[in-house]
Amino acid sequence: MEKSWNNRAWFLVLPVLVLVAFSAVVPLMTVVNYAFQDTFGNNEFFWAGTEWFEQVLDSSRFWEAMARNLAFSAIILLIEVPLGILIALNMPKSGWGVPVCLVLMALPLLIPWNVVGTIWQVFGRSDIGLLGYTLNQLGVDYNYTRDTTDAWATVIVMDVWHWTSLVVLLCYAGLVSIPDAYYQAAKIDGASRWAVFRFIQLPKMNRVLLIAVLLRFMDSFMIYTEPFVVTGGGPGNATTFLSIDLVKMALGQFDLGPAAAMSLVYFLIILLLSWVFYTVMTNVGVERSNQSGGH
Amino acid sequence: MTDATASREAAGALPPGSALPDAPLNQGGGIRAGEDRVARAMRRRGDESRFWWLVPTLYIVFLLLPIYWLINMSFKTNQEIIGGMTLFPHEPTLRNYRIIFSDPSWYWGYLNSITYVLINMVVSVAVALPAAYAFSRYRFLGDKHLFFWLLTNRMAPPAVFALPFFQLYSAFGLIDTHIAVALAHCLFNVPLAVWILEGFMSGVPKEIDETAYIDGYSFPRFFVKIFMPLIASGIGVAAFFCFMFSWVELLLARTLTTVNAKPIAAVMTRTVSASGMDWGLLAAAGVLTLIPGALVIWFVRNYIAKGFALGRV
Repeated sequence: MEKSWNNRAWFLVLPVLVLVAFSAVVPLMTVVNYAFQDTFGNNEFFWAGTEWFEQVLDSSRFWEAMARNLAFSAIILLIEVPLGILIALNMPKSGWGVPVCLVLMALPLLIPWNVVGTIWQVFGRSDIGLLGYTLNQLGVDYNYTRDTTDAWATVIVMDVWHWTSLVVLLCYAGLVSIPDAYYQAAKIDGASRWAVFRFIQLPKMNRVLLIAVLLRFMDSFMIYTEPFVVTGGGPGNATTFLSIDLVKMALGQFDLGPAAAMSLVYFLIILLLSWVFYTVMTNVGVERSNQSGGH
Repeated sequence: MTDATASREAAGALPPGSALPDAPLNQGGGIRAGEDRVARAMRRRGDESRFWWLVPTLYIVFLLLPIYWLINMSFKTNQEIIGGMTLFPHEPTLRNYRIIFSDPSWYWGYLNSITYVLINMVVSVAVALPAAYAFSRYRFLGDKHLFFWLLTNRMAPPAVFALPFFQLYSAFGLIDTHIAVALAHCLFNVPLAVWILEGFMSGVPKEIDETAYIDGYSFPRFFVKIFMPLIASGIGVAAFFCFMFSWVELLLARTLTTVNAKPIAAVMTRTVSASGMDWGLLAAAGVLTLIPGALVIWFVRNYIAKGFALGRV
């Protein structure tokens, strides 16, 4: 769509600007303030320079949490994306099955995050949970509060349970946008199932898939509530991800300086990722308008 | 599943009886044997296999099992829960639900959650509507930067904002009010609403605006009388997503409330007491948090992917 240049459009954006400035810029300024200052109490602050940043970037605690978080994101992406594609490819194409599948699959997405945690906390317990009980009956020594591997497995299965549907829904939306003519042409050419997937379905899913990957990466990169409810970051620090560590530091120990410095580093990483995401999203918009223009 | 076979043929718009045969499909020239094996392993909508429905079915069973377990527990007595493994409640009881509906500190948790979620939904959509219109129709100084900046707020980790929010709202005396939580959730819901609405608005041809202006409509009258009905589904989807993300968020909601505006999700932690865990009560409270989402999801089932992709699918 051709957009006309009009600076008065700013008036329409103003309410959003004021509201988001109040809930984003002001708090962020507080964070910046703490990140560069130190205090001995009594509300007296003095300049600390980059001291807190050095402290954070030198601490193994930060890098360990970062490594755990990256590992977690990588694992859930490796599971959720192929699984999501597989399920989307096998979704019913029409009839009553479509809305039923969509609604049931979307269900986990609408559960409050700490209830998701609670559900899996209960489900995995060896005394009262179906999963934990069954595993222990089968002779698997499963205990997510004591064993690091079990804790990780629980947190990962929980995330797969919680978010795979997002990948499914996005891929499904991409798949239904493929005109039937494409499949018929492929049939005439005698294309194999793999070729149909590789050269028709995958290219059409490309963009939505990219959106899904970026969303899942970013959301898993700032995951807090679910693993916190299930494992509390333990056993030890085994499942302490960046957000959990940050909240522990800021609200638990009230180490404002390091917490603020860590927040800023964390936020910069997110900013970088958002930029990638933005580029992808706006390109989707361009492609969409080109397509509609071509018809 | 004969039913499904029939519907599949109908959907494929293929003449009856022309179900894709196996043999010609695998004769694709230049496709290596390895890929062919993969090809055979990949079932697409049962063209090769009658068991395509197993995949979504198994997945849905996997999704529903933990939820079933929660519902199952919510109807049990604590003796039964701790006493042994039972796949369904042998002595079904409504005791857990009765406690929640008779104790104000419990049911106020739900009312608090719903109050701030609704305030947030209305505020977010109301301010996002004009902004999304501006982004979809006009170019203006700094528009792209602004659009990007909004997105970064949707992606900001709530953990970064927990402490500064607490201090900011303390300074304004807003701690423990519904307004505080509603405003805090605007951080990610306003950008979300702007993005979703912009996606829907871009689908409306600009000629409609121009015709309306020529017919003498003022901007506000055009916007309310003509434009908003056109994007009604978009408004519904944006409202739904604001509802959803405010409903599922807990970190900020818990940080900003103590007693009077405490969300149900935070009240749930009260089930831990000196005498041990009240599992039945915890499960019942959890089940009740699933209901609002389950109810509204039906209305947006066809748009839910678009919403998650921020209006761009």
